[in-house]
Amino acid sequence: MKARMQAAALALLLVVSGCSAGSSASVSPGPDTLSVGITAEPANFDFTRSDGAAIPQALLYNVYEGLVKLDAQSRIVPLLAKSWTVSPDRRTYDFFLRPGAKFANGAPFTAEDVKFSLQRVKTDWTISLKSAMDVVDHVDAVAPDHARVVLSKPSNGWLFSLTGRVGAMFSPTGVADLANRPVGTGPYEVASRVRGDSIVLKANPRYWGRKPAYRTVVLKYYADPTALNNALLSNSIDVISALTSADSIPQFEGDDRFTVRQGTTNSEVALAFNNRRAPLNDARVRRALTYAVDRKSVLDVVFNGRGTLIGSMVPPTDPWYEDLSKLYPYDPAKARRLLAEAGVHDLRLRMRIPNLPYAVTAAQVVQSQLADVGVRATIEPLDFPAVWLKQVFTDHDYDLSIIQHVEARDITTFGKPTYYWGYDGERVRQLLAAADSGTPEEQVSDMKQVARQLNTDAAADWLFLFPNVIVAKKKVTGFVQNQVTESFDLTGLRPV
Amino acid sequence: MSTRVARRLAVFVVSLFVASIVVFLFMAVLPGDPAQVALGVNATPELLAKTRHEFGIDRSLVSQYLSWIGGVLHGDFGRSYVTREAITPQLADRLGVTLWLVGAGMVVALVIAVPVGTFAAVRHRKASGATVSGLAQLGVAIPAFLAGILLVQIFAVQLRWLPSGGWTPPDQNAAEFLRGLVLPALSLGLVQGAVLTRYVRSAVLDTLGQDYLRTARSKGLLPGQALYRHGLRNASVPVVTVLGLQLSTLLIGAVVVERVFVLPGLGSMLLDAVSQRDLLTVQGIVLVLVAGVLLVNFVVDVLYTVLDPRLRGS
Repeated sequence: MKARMQAAALALLLVVSGCSAGSSASVSPGPDTLSVGITAEPANFDFTRSDGAAIPQALLYNVYEGLVKLDAQSRIVPLLAKSWTVSPDRRTYDFFLRPGAKFANGAPFTAEDVKFSLQRVKTDWTISLKSAMDVVDHVDAVAPDHARVVLSKPSNGWLFSLTGRVGAMFSPTGVADLANRPVGTGPYEVASRVRGDSIVLKANPRYWGRKPAYRTVVLKYYADPTALNNALLSNSIDVISALTSADSIPQFEGDDRFTVRQGTTNSEVALAFNNRRAPLNDARVRRALTYAVDRKSVLDVVFNGRGTLIGSMVPPTDPWYEDLSKLYPYDPAKARRLLAEAGVHDLRLRMRIPNLPYAVTAAQVVQSQLADVGVRATIEPLDFPAVWLKQVFTDHDYDLSIIQHVEARDITTFGKPTYYWGYDGERVRQLLAAADSGTPEEQVSDMKQVARQLNTDAAADWLFLFPNVIVAKKKVTGFVQNQVTESFDLTGLRPV
Repeated sequence: MSTRVARRLAVFVVSLFVASIVVFLFMAVLPGDPAQVALGVNATPELLAKTRHEFGIDRSLVSQYLSWIGGVLHGDFGRSYVTREAITPQLADRLGVTLWLVGAGMVVALVIAVPVGTFAAVRHRKASGATVSGLAQLGVAIPAFLAGILLVQIFAVQLRWLPSGGWTPPDQNAAEFLRGLVLPALSLGLVQGAVLTRYVRSAVLDTLGQDYLRTARSKGLLPGQALYRHGLRNASVPVVTVLGLQLSTLLIGAVVVERVFVLPGLGSMLLDAVSQRDLLTVQGIVLVLVAGVLLVNFVVDVLYTVLDPRLRGS
């Protein structure tokens, strides 16, 4: 009996230690394989019919390419179009295509594919982003390497949207099963996937451009931030694409296996005021609340001071960025005066926020600072996305909310009175329209005025801009510092 | 005996049917609009209405339930609102992962419980036996997810011997598959092992006091030999019964452990589906889990009848 028990105990030990003896737990068997840890997993591979950031994050620029691309400074640069011209009336775009580009299924990339892809957005896409193509009147394949797009009215926003997923180029021979078999012209193609776990990308042998340094990239998905951090700490992955909790940064900074890089994003965290609802429909009240909140201390508490104070809906990577963060300095006395001026006493507000860590933390700071000026705010965390989307976003049933707005150039949402801000400003709408149709210079000056007007109206309180924190093994370099596109761009990554 | 089995079977079927209605109603009262979640923030009212129609959530509850349960009876759990793909094959994939985990957890539990429980029983008057019992008691109090977090900290983050999570299918790379299964199986199995240890101990103690063991000893067998040859088989009957009942606890524990170890099983699928209001998927998973628990109870009931002759007459 005794001998048996010892045998059993030994067997158990062997199971535990034997499998692991001597090796480190890493999924990177070779130097040309990279594992990237990400939090949100794509439901499928078809971003023409499924919304959300996860699919373009994995596929855009990696598997799919567009005519143009956005660089880290938010400039529109050539990709599948090696150059383009704009007509004087700003309605006709002539794109001259890169020779030799091919789809992963072998089909050559031509102007016919441009026509097919852009028209397909109008006919086959079901996600709401498709409206970006509404302005397209028609597309002509002038020559195999020359596509012409004619717009019904001038639109700078249209060219910008081409850098995102609506600009992705498809082949008529490659759209049969987009949800499972994406076919693009990019440096990678999808090799396999395990639902709930990972997607494996491998280098596309037909790629027209520079071959990627990593032949195989494993995108590993961790819904739980702690599990994501543990995966890097235990060598299961090489990169964390975006760190969401500042608490864990010191632990990576203190470990000489890793480097921590910080850049900016398009993700403005806003304290939204329901501009439609009394007394928040009074600009004096909104200004009062803006003075009452110390944005610096919000950023300190939520993200250990990492991130950027912006004071507007414009991130520093947009061409019309101005630092407006000092226009409403923290001034509780002034807040109280403004409230009294507006005749508001004993104000009670419902702060209905998504049940996400950053929002809950920020809401607590805001709540206590509002209390200092006599405003009682009650925090109601709502299940995100389902309940928040329904009650706050769609039904506008809220006074205050806090959420990050992740889309690029989403300042245009203030031009839609039906948007959940409830902001209705004629001047802002006119300026946005003028900016969209004008020259690049006019666009910049008009957009600056939009941001200033929104600031004057205190249409919202822009608490801070989310930082882009990437943690990676020291051996991996070539990251795009600023996250200004929908893509987690793998193309520049390389070993030291 | 056959009437008893038939009665149990009827209870099983009726419970499953009632459960399906309860699950469906719970989903129906959950706040939030699946169409809105699927379409995102820029959805137009027209697109929302079209999508609701496509999902069938603009129909009456009764009609929605009937078409759902009708499909389920044919093995078709419908299409996911989020992925727009058939749910049944996904459920099968995810169930496979969960069953591997439950199976491995059970093996770990048995490997711990049988020797340790027997040891504690044989030595129940000595300090070593009491210590083992005490440790088992402590183990019972630790939830599986906490054990998981601790194991990850020690073996993955600090020692870096084993992966902190993730899943490699066994047919892809058997070694990686096993390495990935060790920590989750341990966190599930350690706790279950502690629970089972107490049952093994009391079953063996019971057996030790029986006359036939005393007879065996008087024939000259050593205590260990007597227990091994005559006692353990008898002691195993109540343990097997408990084991069956513990299987359902293990299944629920697996749901939680999957989250800690990022395993693509039913548990993590369930959590994702709930947050995305992928109601059909949630209904499918919960129904499968409920069916699993009910099935285990049914089988245990039947086995019990088989093992214990006294129940056969009734």
